[in-house]
Amino acid sequence: MKILVAVKRVIDYNVQIRVKPDNSGVEKDNVKMSMNPPDENAVEEAIKLKDSGEVTEVVIVSIGQEKCQDTIRTALAMGADRGILVKAGDDIEPLAVAKTLKNIVEKEKPNMVLLGKQAIDDYCNQTGQMLSAILNWPQGCFVSELGINDSAITISREIDEGLEQLEIQLPAVVTCDLRLNEPRFASLPNIMKAKKKPIEIIEIESLGVDTIPKVKYLKVEEPPVRQGGVMVADVKELIQKLKYEAKVI
Amino acid sequence: MSVLVVAEHNNVSLKSSTLNTIQAASQIDKDIHLLVCGFQNDEVVNQASTLEGVNKILQLNDEIIQHQLAEHVSQVIINLSKNYSHILAPSSTFGKNFMPRAAAILDHSQISDISGVISPDTFIRPIYAGNAIATVQSLDPVKFITVRTTSFEPVEIVGGSASIEKISLNLEGIATKFLDRKEAKSERPELGSARVVISGGRGLENGDNFKLLNEIADKLNAAIGASRAAVDAGYIGNECQVGQTGKMVAPELYIAVGISGAIQHLAGMKESKIIVAINKDEEAPIFGIADYGLKADLFQALPEISKELDLLNDIAK
Ligand SMILES: Cc1cc2nc3c(=O)[nH]c(=O)nc-3n(C[C@H](O)[C@H](O)[C@H](O)COP(=O)(O)OP(=O)(O)OC[C@H]3O[C@@H](n4cnc5c(N)ncnc54)[C@H](O)[C@@H]3O)c2cc1C
Repeated sequence: MKILVAVKRVIDYNVQIRVKPDNSGVEKDNVKMSMNPPDENAVEEAIKLKDSGEVTEVVIVSIGQEKCQDTIRTALAMGADRGILVKAGDDIEPLAVAKTLKNIVEKEKPNMVLLGKQAIDDYCNQTGQMLSAILNWPQGCFVSELGINDSAITISREIDEGLEQLEIQLPAVVTCDLRLNEPRFASLPNIMKAKKKPIEIIEIESLGVDTIPKVKYLKVEEPPVRQGGVMVADVKELIQKLKYEAKVI
Repeated sequence: MSVLVVAEHNNVSLKSSTLNTIQAASQIDKDIHLLVCGFQNDEVVNQASTLEGVNKILQLNDEIIQHQLAEHVSQVIINLSKNYSHILAPSSTFGKNFMPRAAAILDHSQISDISGVISPDTFIRPIYAGNAIATVQSLDPVKFITVRTTSFEPVEIVGGSASIEKISLNLEGIATKFLDRKEAKSERPELGSARVVISGGRGLENGDNFKLLNEIADKLNAAIGASRAAVDAGYIGNECQVGQTGKMVAPELYIAVGISGAIQHLAGMKESKIIVAINKDEEAPIFGIADYGLKADLFQALPEISKELDLLNDIAK
């Protein structure tokens, strides 16, 4: 069995982002970039399945600038076998990403595609669902438990009311929640080894994917800042303030 | 043209997220239709028929779509899409599941999690966990949209009188079998729409200690929330998580107890009207956005709060 994992390079989750003064977007120059956090869970899950013998090959794909190779290398250092970089502009939309991934799926023929459930930058939560739609494959989204048996997977997915369990025939697309597993840290020897693993580079133009945006970002602004209030001395004062000042209880 | 809103429900009752979504729809166009698909869902249609602003309800009552799996709901939407300029669903795990699927099948993009409507094709949406606000314009003929429910007031549940149209479709079988749904049963208000939310973090130390929050929640008719750390540690179920990768809440009163205030947590609650933080560390970032901060050990403060509430003559609920 073969798994394809899609990973995105985003501004590191610890960075306090800054909006560009001309409101054209968010400052990305000289900012620490990392793998989108739930994508790490997707990589980890694929490697775990490989460790357990269920999976024979784990291929990593990322779409974006040359620098996305770093993100792919991170996944290779965790234990993935090889990478594919589809070189494209910075801000291609989830639909175009899904179409690009569809191309790669048709070429690589994996039994399952794993992705993070959402990217922490554009916050769309779309790519996995869109990919499964255009492949006409079933989807398992926001997954926090995954089991494989031959031609099907059993998943537990996090929903607002609790959990939902589904059995899904392969091939399928799965999007991962942070609770699916604990991503491993790459050891130094594995980081060295990963440098020798192959990364194939494909130009997005060669795939014939339409990347013209269908959603235009007109401007990006700072949110209104919330001002801190006061410290209260004790519980009595807190309750008095909530009752007679804020009038919320 | 008209706007189609996809109702969120469990075949028995309509979820309040639907009411906020209809409000968003009403800012786009006044002709609003509501899709209720499921099985044995008459009661839901009944509840929906008086909603303010809804002109027509499309009822699909078919066993095959009982569990409203994404593969099915998206098929229904695609079948109806030619009659609508906009299709909206709440940006809950329900809406997020099928809406991108429907959009992609029709080669459309989706606009996720809108927090404002500027015009029928231009919307506001938070990005980077709410640390930036984008204004976006959709160039697609049909707009597929999910709605941040906390940004729109619910419509009234009475006052409307929608016509009801029963629809039937030949839905294709799918490669997914529904096994089970584990819903946390609670007598408390829904987290997403409660007037008061009291949330616990890693400071609570274990699941048992959440009873200290429950006691106060009972008195305030509050919903219980939690930080990701508290959920990860198994103190409480994932349905309680507030934040970037959990639920968005914007109650009148949010009380954060033993929560440090990481940006990913703030992303889910900083639109609350009044924020109270209780933390023993005066440097905790949560105090930076709290209207009222109390530096205290929660194990002392919570029982005291409970007592002080008993001393009040009346409590707004
Ligand atoms: C991609 C990503 C997504 C995330 N999504 C979310 C999300 O949706 N929601 C979320 O909450 N987090 C999320 N996180 C995690 C987030 O970064 C923080 O790790 C988490 O919010 C911390 O939870 P906490 O405040 O309960 O724990 P801690 O940060 O450990 O804070 C515990 C607090 O309790 C206080 N405390 C301890 N004992 C007491 C006591 N006896 N009395 C009073 N105070 C006490 C401490 O002073 C401390 O401030 C996400 C992280 C990532 C990377």
